[in-house]
Amino acid sequence: MSVVTLTINDELVSAQEGETLLAVLHERGIDMPTLCHLEGLSERGGCRLCMVELEGSSRLQAACVTQVQEDMIVHTHSERLVKYRKMILELLFAERNHICAVCVMNGNCELQWEAAKIGMDHVRYEYLNPDLAMDASHERYVLDHNRCILCTRCVRVCDEIEGAHVWDVMGRGANSRVIIDLNQAWGTSQSCTSCGKCVQVCPTGALFDKGATVAEMEKQHNFLRWILDGREKNVWSYGK
Amino acid sequence: MNKLRFATAWLGGCSGCHMSFLDLDEKLIDLAEKIELVYSPIADVKEFPEGVDVTLVEGAVANLDNLRLAQEIRARSRLVVSFGDCAVTGNVPSLRNKLGVDDLLTAVYHEGPGRHPTGGDAIMPRLLPKVLPLHQVIKVDAFLPGCPPDAERIWIAVSALLAGEPVVLEPSMRTFG
Repeated sequence: MSVVTLTINDELVSAQEGETLLAVLHERGIDMPTLCHLEGLSERGGCRLCMVELEGSSRLQAACVTQVQEDMIVHTHSERLVKYRKMILELLFAERNHICAVCVMNGNCELQWEAAKIGMDHVRYEYLNPDLAMDASHERYVLDHNRCILCTRCVRVCDEIEGAHVWDVMGRGANSRVIIDLNQAWGTSQSCTSCGKCVQVCPTGALFDKGATVAEMEKQHNFLRWILDGREKNVWSYGK
Repeated sequence: MNKLRFATAWLGGCSGCHMSFLDLDEKLIDLAEKIELVYSPIADVKEFPEGVDVTLVEGAVANLDNLRLAQEIRARSRLVVSFGDCAVTGNVPSLRNKLGVDDLLTAVYHEGPGRHPTGGDAIMPRLLPKVLPLHQVIKVDAFLPGCPPDAERIWIAVSALLAGEPVVLEPSMRTFG
């Protein structure tokens, strides 16, 4: 595999051809905020938090869906980028009802933590306070649209790892919703295997174990590694 | 040394932030040497005074009383701090925002158990159409998130304010919830 050389934050870096920029940034220990990205799932480029500046291009690019290229000059934490990331997080908080204090994921939530990390101590936009439903019809899990950020990790894990493709997205813009099968109650789904992978990969309190109350929900992602190592490398290291 | 004129106020919130403030415990004694508490729900002062240096405001702006007090606080304080998640985000009180005020009162009082109160505005301050975070109503100089912010966060913020420095919190100290 050929090697490419690029410049990241004024430092020369070599990387494997075909790697995503985000992977290289992670390897270099550069702290990039992400929400839709999850190692083991396909990239979506949806949350836009990992946007970077590429010299010679006026458009910002999401590092997770940008491949490294020879002579690329990348900036990851310019004033403009940090400003936009903060705006994105504020807009996510304003769009739905993220009331951390009464959320099952309080203390373990990726959205909550990204906001704190970037220094978002208040939201400058008007809150939309949409009237959104919860679906508690499944025997073991609950879907709460109030906390959903439309990262589609649930959609991807169900399709790519479990192979059931129960989840999808319906509607456009702020009216988008994750749906089950043909937009029906979760408990009536015939394709759902109740494996719970969607619950584990959800970064917020949008999907959780039934019965969990405030701050009780914690999620585990390591099952993705076990499954993929088994599938791709025939290495079975469950539980390690 | 002139003591700083310090106030705390309680708008639409549960008073948990004030409870957390009391969790400063022995630091309250240090604080008392540096400040004069000129207005607070834990001090019996009826009118918000003039010439206040720092005011911590707990709670969201939910009704006309909250709105009037918020404006008074702004006019009479040099620095206003959104103290806790309700003031910063609207938090739990803002859960009612998806309902119209009439629907809300009908659901809670008329359709709820027991006799519903009569008298309207004379008894209860009129609710605003939406519960608002403090900074959407008045200019706010610093934000102290948390539900409630724990005593350590409060101490770091208050120490900075007393020293005349900007409030800078570590990431783990500025999480909502």
